[in-house]
Amino acid sequence: MEAFGLLLHGFAVLLTWKTLVLMMFGLVLGIFVGVLPGLGGPNGVAILLPLTFTMDPTSAIVMLSCIYWGALFGGAITSILFNIPGEAWSVATTFDGYPMAQQGRAAEALTAAFTSSFIGSLVAVLLITFLAPMISSFALKFGPPEFFAVYLLTFCSFVGLGREAKHKTVISMSLGLLLAGVGMDTVSGNLRMTFGSAELLRGINFLVAVIGLFGISEILLTMEERLALRGHAASISLRVVLSVWKDLPKYWVTLLRSSFIGCWLGITPGGAIAASFMGYNLAKRFAKDPESFGKGRIEGVFAPETAAHASGTSALLPMLALGIPGSGTAAILLGGLMVWGLNPGPLLFVEHKDFVWGLIASMYLGNVVGLVLVLTTVPIFASILRVPFAAVAPMIVVSCAIGAFAIQNAMFDIWLMLGFGVVGYVFKKIGIPLAPFTLALVLGNRAEDAFRLSMIGVGGNLKVFWSNGLVGSITTLAIVLLFWPVIDRLLRCVGWPRQAKPAV
Amino acid sequence: MSQTDLEIIVDDPTAPEDGSPSVVSSGTIEIFVCLLLLALAATLGYDNWRTGASWDSTGPEPGYFPFYLSVILGGGSLYGLIAAFVAHRAASESFVTRAQARRVMAVFVPTLLFCLVMQFLGLYVASFLLIAGFMRLVGKIALWKSLLTAFLFTAIMFVTFDIAFDVIMPKGPLEAAFGY
Repeated sequence: MEAFGLLLHGFAVLLTWKTLVLMMFGLVLGIFVGVLPGLGGPNGVAILLPLTFTMDPTSAIVMLSCIYWGALFGGAITSILFNIPGEAWSVATTFDGYPMAQQGRAAEALTAAFTSSFIGSLVAVLLITFLAPMISSFALKFGPPEFFAVYLLTFCSFVGLGREAKHKTVISMSLGLLLAGVGMDTVSGNLRMTFGSAELLRGINFLVAVIGLFGISEILLTMEERLALRGHAASISLRVVLSVWKDLPKYWVTLLRSSFIGCWLGITPGGAIAASFMGYNLAKRFAKDPESFGKGRIEGVFAPETAAHASGTSALLPMLALGIPGSGTAAILLGGLMVWGLNPGPLLFVEHKDFVWGLIASMYLGNVVGLVLVLTTVPIFASILRVPFAAVAPMIVVSCAIGAFAIQNAMFDIWLMLGFGVVGYVFKKIGIPLAPFTLALVLGNRAEDAFRLSMIGVGGNLKVFWSNGLVGSITTLAIVLLFWPVIDRLLRCVGWPRQAKPAV
Repeated sequence: MSQTDLEIIVDDPTAPEDGSPSVVSSGTIEIFVCLLLLALAATLGYDNWRTGASWDSTGPEPGYFPFYLSVILGGGSLYGLIAAFVAHRAASESFVTRAQARRVMAVFVPTLLFCLVMQFLGLYVASFLLIAGFMRLVGKIALWKSLLTAFLFTAIMFVTFDIAFDVIMPKGPLEAAFGY
């Protein structure tokens, strides 16, 4: 009940004209970002972050999180109408969404996608509302070893549970952690890995890296491909919306199962991509006629969209409660918190109640407003795709440059952004994942500080990470997850049932 | 709810032709990247070892944590190098075709020039030149449309960042002439 009272307080913080206008502004920008080729949620949030530097933190986070919700909604438009997944998690939506559009059921598919996005997000927001305060009050008991163990768990689960080649995830993560250490050592004041460069004294700002990795590289990749579109007719009428909503109870198992999968994979850093495929695969597996999937079945839209959005939203839970982001976008929002002088983690719930509960309230309101907005404006947003890419691409480049420069007012960051753009392009093409790199760059300093503080008290004895039941369990779990592929293989050798693999 | 029908057809006249020859294989790039990462790991590892990668009376030295990360990066890169060599013999998937490389360069070179020009003429003039030039030369869009779009976009950016949100961008002689 305490959470309910605090949530009402959050709505009171939120319901001002200024915040509501910013919310609408964020949602519209977010849908633009989701629809435009070459831009995505993490990149859109990173580029627009400088706009919020002069705002109060609550208004800023509301606007940024609404850009995020908008981008999540916008991605479905291109997936269903044009068979172009704006984000990797929208790939599974195209399996049945696009065939539905080909059959003249685009409006039905879009309504299903937006509605299931809303349901997935709503379940995740409910989870955040009731679980985040509990986790954060529990985490108040954490010391440096416990925090390092949680960071370790995050890193190990990326390596062990990720779908990419393990050594590539290790390369990506260790590179991110190393680059996070460039500059002045926060403990001793010594300079590390600067090689005499005054520019590197400031360190490498992760937002600059993100803008390059996700923005510039995406432009290069998008440009490389054929940019021809052929869209299907969409006419969302109230009758179609009501008919889809009327049938929703029939799919309650799919919606609930996908929400659960999404929340689970969002909190653990499995990610929205894995969630959407798993949601889709399980819906297909438990269907009476699985062969009808891929031919325009509405459940094939409900399942991945619900799971992806539950995952994207619940990734904010560990960010708020522990200061550990569950996704790339959550990592950027966490960077925003630090820019605004807030310290993410359990103390946030104690020291900045207005901020936290304002944000949670904005998740509810942002999703409701976002749903109404996309349902009423699909043709307008989809028509953005009529703008030639030759006009869109340089505008995105300029936006990226503005975003990168504004973070530290440094020209060097523009060059750094360009360099990361090339790195991102090459890494994406050879299959080195970028999400672990971003996460490591964000968490690197915090993880190192926790490690060093843990080690100082015990003279460098690694046993500190097994010094009590709590830290021991987390560390052991981290090691189990790190070696999960080997353990899984061993379990299968002794007759353990084979785990479901995503279809793609 | 909207009743507007939507049908969008966009063709791409500059699309890369099918069957363009490969410039370089993915395997070769993987080997090159692993070698670069290995060199980076060695350089950073040496720097951290020089800074201090062991223990003193106050605890771990500044290079302790990054030194071991350099070792992990080096190990991962070495493994990647061996794996790429082994896989290279089996398959040689194209990293980029000649037509794709041309298109990528059509974005990358103007972006590079934009960053360079920005240092002398400021962000807004460089943005105007990039957008107008790119639309006209790469997109083959009418000159007046290119100039108008570039001007409007740059003006909106200036008003949004420099005036409304007070985020100061790099300026050049043109802005100085107007008192900014």
